[in-house]
Amino acid sequence: MPESSNAAAAKVAPKKAKLSVRNLWKVYGTDPEGVTSGGFAEMPLERKLSHVRDADHFVAAADVSFDVAEGEIFVIMGLSGSGKSTVLRCLSRLVEPTKGEVFLDGEDLLKANPRGLIELRRHKMGMVFQDFGLLPHLDVVQNVAFPLKAQRRPREERRALAREMIELVGLKGKESSYPHELSGGQQQRVGIARSLAANPELWFLDEPFSALDPLIRSQMQDEFLRLQKQLLKTIIFVTHDFLEALKLADRICIMKDGQIVQIGTPAEIVLHPADAYVREFIGDVPLANVLAAEDVMAPAHEDGKDHPQVQRRTILDEAIKLFDDNTVTVDVVDDDGHVVGALHPLAVIRALYHDDIVADI
Amino acid sequence: MNRTAKRTLRSARLAWPWLVLIIISAILILLRDSYPQIIAYPDGLTLPLADWVNVGADWFIAHAQSFFRALAEGLGFAFILVQNILTGLPWLTLALIVALVAWQGGGNRLAALSVAGLLYVLISGYWVQTMNTLSLVVVALPLAVILGFAFGYLGYRSKAARKIIMPVLDLMQTIPAFAYLIPILLLFGFGPVVGLVASVIFAAPPMVRNTVLGFQSIPPAILESARMSGCTGWQRFLWAELPTAWRQMLIGINQTTMATLSMIIIAAIIGGFEDIGWEVLSSMRKAQFGQSLMSGLVIVVLAILLDRITSAYAARQLPTASFAGLPTLHFFGLIVVVTGLSIAASYVIPGLWRWPEWAVWSPAQDINKWTETFLIRYGSAMDTLKNTATYFVLLPVKIGLEKAIVPFTWGVTFVPAAKTAYWAIATLFCLVAFALGAWRLGIALIIGLAFLYFGATGLPWVSVLGFAMLLAYQLGGWRLAAFVGGSTAYLLVNGIWQQAMLSVYLCSVAVLICIVFGGLLGIWGASSKWASNVIRPINDMLQTLPQFVLLIPALMLFQVGEFTALLAIVAYAIVPMVRYTEFGLRSVSPTLIDAGISSGCSPWQLFWQVRLPQALPQILIGMNQTVLYALGMLVIAALVGTTGLGQLIFLALGRADAGAGLVAGLGMALLAMTVDRILQAVVRRM
Ligand SMILES: Nc1ncnc2c1ncn2[C@@H]1O[C@H](COP(=O)(O)OP(=O)(O)OP(=O)(O)O)[C@@H](O)[C@H]1O
Ligand SMILES: [Mg+2]
Repeated sequence: MPESSNAAAAKVAPKKAKLSVRNLWKVYGTDPEGVTSGGFAEMPLERKLSHVRDADHFVAAADVSFDVAEGEIFVIMGLSGSGKSTVLRCLSRLVEPTKGEVFLDGEDLLKANPRGLIELRRHKMGMVFQDFGLLPHLDVVQNVAFPLKAQRRPREERRALAREMIELVGLKGKESSYPHELSGGQQQRVGIARSLAANPELWFLDEPFSALDPLIRSQMQDEFLRLQKQLLKTIIFVTHDFLEALKLADRICIMKDGQIVQIGTPAEIVLHPADAYVREFIGDVPLANVLAAEDVMAPAHEDGKDHPQVQRRTILDEAIKLFDDNTVTVDVVDDDGHVVGALHPLAVIRALYHDDIVADI
Repeated sequence: MNRTAKRTLRSARLAWPWLVLIIISAILILLRDSYPQIIAYPDGLTLPLADWVNVGADWFIAHAQSFFRALAEGLGFAFILVQNILTGLPWLTLALIVALVAWQGGGNRLAALSVAGLLYVLISGYWVQTMNTLSLVVVALPLAVILGFAFGYLGYRSKAARKIIMPVLDLMQTIPAFAYLIPILLLFGFGPVVGLVASVIFAAPPMVRNTVLGFQSIPPAILESARMSGCTGWQRFLWAELPTAWRQMLIGINQTTMATLSMIIIAAIIGGFEDIGWEVLSSMRKAQFGQSLMSGLVIVVLAILLDRITSAYAARQLPTASFAGLPTLHFFGLIVVVTGLSIAASYVIPGLWRWPEWAVWSPAQDINKWTETFLIRYGSAMDTLKNTATYFVLLPVKIGLEKAIVPFTWGVTFVPAAKTAYWAIATLFCLVAFALGAWRLGIALIIGLAFLYFGATGLPWVSVLGFAMLLAYQLGGWRLAAFVGGSTAYLLVNGIWQQAMLSVYLCSVAVLICIVFGGLLGIWGASSKWASNVIRPINDMLQTLPQFVLLIPALMLFQVGEFTALLAIVAYAIVPMVRYTEFGLRSVSPTLIDAGISSGCSPWQLFWQVRLPQALPQILIGMNQTVLYALGMLVIAALVGTTGLGQLIFLALGRADAGAGLVAGLGMALLAMTVDRILQAVVRRM
């Protein structure tokens, strides 16, 4: 399994890591520093956990490490209370991590002094909140321009930039409305516009769509993907909705009780769940919509005959339409039309029914 | 029969601590003629706490007085400045400014209300006095708001500070304001500044509370988004926290304004100058009821205008507010223009500057005449009412039936046979209750009847201490018992037992009346929309008025005395009882009522078995508030001649005796807290 996730990482994130998190801990309690000092560093992970818990402290994030590549959508997924928000807030230092390192372009964020931290937040980070966090006494333009105001940019410049952002998120015409006059979806668009106003490199989103009803949510997800195509931010996106994670993620990080359970592409997660906890999520996911041809293909089938062809990133739901009574196999081709693999009916069926033998075909 | 006997025994077993206390009390009462110290706490056992306080206060004053006197000069200067402006400007200018400010906050209706109110002030001829009072408010209010905000923000930022601030606020709001007038008097000397300082201190607590509340209820996402937007701490405070908490703070400003006004009016007692509180007080003392009513109405106008205008500004902050007024800059521009124009106009037409004499019309003399005529015609009926209440309710509670029933009052003598019958019936009631297994009821009956028989001032202090502590223990455990015991001991060792019991007497009568009539009014209000619409504005009015004003009508009709005080206390303290009863009954869930109806309850059964039990916790909260209000009003009622702790504070005020005043004030606060905690324990057990 480890090989496959490394391979995937290499495949999806060829560039150098933009953000690296190393051995991040967040412990709540009366004396988190004390509990995690002394011989703590030398203990194995299990000992560390029991050591902290025995001292009546609470571990919200335990030894969390991951890399996020430039332009990647990295989704942190887990049940309520699993520590997703804690990890995200440690990256922006809304929560001070107890231990660990966070590198942005090779520079440790946790070493930044208060002044430096403010500069980082002003220029490098944008964040979207589940309950929007809009200022009720400001109208839409003022809300979006708020981060620019904090930077003391001239009034005209910041209003112009804010208008641009408002148009980008599709709120043109609502510039002088106040938050209470907007629907939930519109409010979150304002939140998104605000988080992008200062043109940050890192974009943090903490369950941005959870407070919206399903139809609007799915619409907002599409818009989010559209925006990202245009903007290419480095994104950490927190959600407890597995389907949302599958839809949006380049890679998913699944958390449980403050620990990372598995990191991988959506296909890897559904095809090779690390344990029962992850398998629970996959339960009734419509796999035909998640898996692509390349995820379940076997080596190219060379019998000299012509086969129907399918693009490697086509989802199975589409690909299986090519099978009929006479088709033994379908060729999987890349963007240049080279055959890179073959799709066998049996392999497809096994993949769709969560059968782990797929990998062995 | 056998079962009844068994139940009686079981009741007695459960009630044994009470029975023991009752027996001890009975023995004490039998011995009281030979040992008077059973009823009156022996002087030899008191501590000279008041003297110690005075020694401390003298020392402090000797060292700090120069500082405080300097402060007083500064404040006095600010006050005189404002006073000169307010009394110097044309009435037209001031009236227009007030109307504009009202319009900016609440639109045409509020502006019209303000104009009408100010016209009353002008026509009744109290303009100058009103402006003098207003100058004190104008100086005191910003100070109270800033002070309250500072402590409130401190309390929001630091948990440790909050732990100190909150209990101090609780204490400040239970100690009668008069009690801390005295040290202020000593520190700041006489004059308007004392009232100013006192009202700043008295009015700051609601601002503190609302500030803490406002900042604490800022949604965390707003704070986080401000931080993520790269705000510095100062930017976050100014652009995110303050605007978000602002609405709650305006509610605080509204409450602080009302408290400031109330205290400034009350402070006239320690020496007024030409202000409206003094006007009311001196005309009351001279028994000029027409004048005191007219000037009292000015206070009512002031209170209503200040309340409506400040709450309009608070309401305007709601996101759904429809009225926004002018943009701030335009508004100030308009004010400047209007001020200039009106001053110019007043130069030309002097009547716009000083309200002309011929336009003053005060029916005070007529009111005096009407009152006289009314009293001559109905005086005997009023006397009958007053005497009936005094002889049959007040006196028995105060000195007990055994002394209250004499031929002069009741027209009969309380012959030994009747006394025996009284006790026989009391014992019988108690036994019946025991036999029914309701031992609490039995104990309550016998204690209640004994209380009525001996009166609040005729009880052995050991018994009061014992019963209070036992009750506290059974309701709330050792801690509550210790608190109640400590409070009672405080009253005893300070030699203010007698006065405390007199306060208890007047308060308990007032509270009882409030519970009965307030409860009925609340039930009425809950039963009909129409009734509720009638009752609500009256309640609002009674609560907004400075307490002082309530004395006037009672005094007009019934002259000085405890009955008058009782009426004033009831008028003030009945409000929470009515409110909470109505609210409690109204908030019973409709599902429960439907369930009651569908199981065949008659309306009567529905009320007693469904709605009342459900509303009871709210009603108890109302009772608790009523007790606190009654104790608060007691001090003010001392003005019209009551005895007790209120009078003690009053006398101390006259002698500028800080020790005696504070000791009595703290005694009052302890009484209030005792009742409060016991009632809260009752609510918790439900
Ligand atoms: N200030 C705190 N003190 C103590 N425990 C905390 C604190 N903040 C968070 N926790 C705990 O840390 C755990 C992880 O919290 P976190 O907010 O990261 O969860 P989450 O995965 O984001 O959940 P959700 O989906 O509900 O947002 C929770 O169990 C929470 O109770
Ligand atoms: Mg969360």
